[in-house]
Amino acid sequence: MIEPFEPLIIGFTCNWCSYRAADMAGISRIKYPPNIRLIRLMCSGRLDPTFVLKALAGGADGVMVTGCHPGDCHYVDQNYKALRRFLLLKRTLTQLGVEPERLKLYWASAAEGIYLAQAITEFTEQVRTLGPLHWPRNGGFHEEGKELVAAAVNPVVALPQQPEEVKE
Amino acid sequence: MSTNGKPKFAMYWAASCGGCEIAVLNIHEKILDVDANFEVVFWPVAMDAKYKDVEAMEDGSILLTLFNGAIRNDENEHIAKLLRQKTKILVAFGSCANEGCMPALANLSPLHEIFDVAYHTISTDNPQGIHPEPHYTVPEGEISIPTLYPVVKTLDQVVDVDYYMPGCPPESHQIAAVIDLVIQVLQGRAELPPKGSVIGAGNSTVCDECKRTRNVKNIKEFKRIQEVMLDPQLCILEQGVICSGPATRSGCTALCPTAGAPCIGCYGPAADVLDFGARLMTAVASVIDSNDPTEIEHILDGIPDPAGMFYRFNLAGSVLHSSKSAWEGK
Repeated sequence: MIEPFEPLIIGFTCNWCSYRAADMAGISRIKYPPNIRLIRLMCSGRLDPTFVLKALAGGADGVMVTGCHPGDCHYVDQNYKALRRFLLLKRTLTQLGVEPERLKLYWASAAEGIYLAQAITEFTEQVRTLGPLHWPRNGGFHEEGKELVAAAVNPVVALPQQPEEVKE
Repeated sequence: MSTNGKPKFAMYWAASCGGCEIAVLNIHEKILDVDANFEVVFWPVAMDAKYKDVEAMEDGSILLTLFNGAIRNDENEHIAKLLRQKTKILVAFGSCANEGCMPALANLSPLHEIFDVAYHTISTDNPQGIHPEPHYTVPEGEISIPTLYPVVKTLDQVVDVDYYMPGCPPESHQIAAVIDLVIQVLQGRAELPPKGSVIGAGNSTVCDECKRTRNVKNIKEFKRIQEVMLDPQLCILEQGVICSGPATRSGCTALCPTAGAPCIGCYGPAADVLDFGARLMTAVASVIDSNDPTEIEHILDGIPDPAGMFYRFNLAGSVLHSSKSAWEGK
């Protein structure tokens, strides 16, 4: 029997709003999938894109970034910086082949535990539909995947023959 | 020890352009110090030596090897491992060996696409559709050419590296300083830095060395260098042209910004930066002067090739190493 795919999601929360929202969900006994592993930052503006890259390279299938609502940031406007970084990072990651649906930015106030739980549930299902990311960890190679190397080293064999395209 | 008693020196190029060798020769008369203090045993660009000569050497018999170039094929990896075995001090020399540099931009595309562009498009006059054959039989026997890897790797993803010397190419004054240091070590007048150190570069960023005036940056539009007449005194990023200075290691004396061109990041990530592109994205995104998602997206349209822009030199050395299409081979 094949185990059903359980996505691994890393969630970044800010100390002042979204982490409190997750807390609120907890004390209100609101359920959300255990697939998400929450990491608390002081502010979504603290989110270095490196954290997201490390999560993806380290086995995460999706990353969720959360913070205070625009205008409500404890540090005045740092969540806007998080927004800009997120949008830029998403463009770069799309080019690197990471589907944009694997990334989500969500604002939640300390009172919005129920909304955050809903967003986590929806995002988990979204990532589940996409399937595992399975990013190779070791210098661009799957640790178990020697055959990946073997398949690719002789490109000549696998190539379609299209000499007629040569003409300008 | 070598026949003439001098310590041995080697330099090798893997996937590289040859600019690093030129940079070494650009140290001018200092090259005579290299000759006076070292016996050059292996340097394919400068002298005739065969791989079997290196294979015949005793392990650890070469004192210093400057290895430039990324690991692109099995020949590169073989020589990297061979030189590692024969060398006491192995230096990843130049951007390719450190972080992949231009050859690693191939990590954005799967191998068959690269191959297709090289042999089937207008880039090559190849009316008969001739391909390189990995193995070919001639009357004297079978000959083989090196086979490409699906992704370009850095030197330290293949072997243990003692020191890192960044730059595309490393600046000649930095090379001269490093050679001076090694000679002083040989004479017992200095000590080598701890293993794993970055040598021949600064510990700060290019911005720190840049003489341009910096003010608060509020960018409403990103422009390409050809679309704007740059103010010669003002910070380039402030003028809306992306400059890699905030993320790039110092050591080049901010040559490009001084000459009126943005820094392109050839000295690699600044000290303690894990991922060059992430650091540069952080810096670039924070100077965007808008809080409205639609407007931000519109401003970001001014960066047509983000992966190429932020990982121009660093893709193989980045946290993700390559694009999904490259490692999947699809």
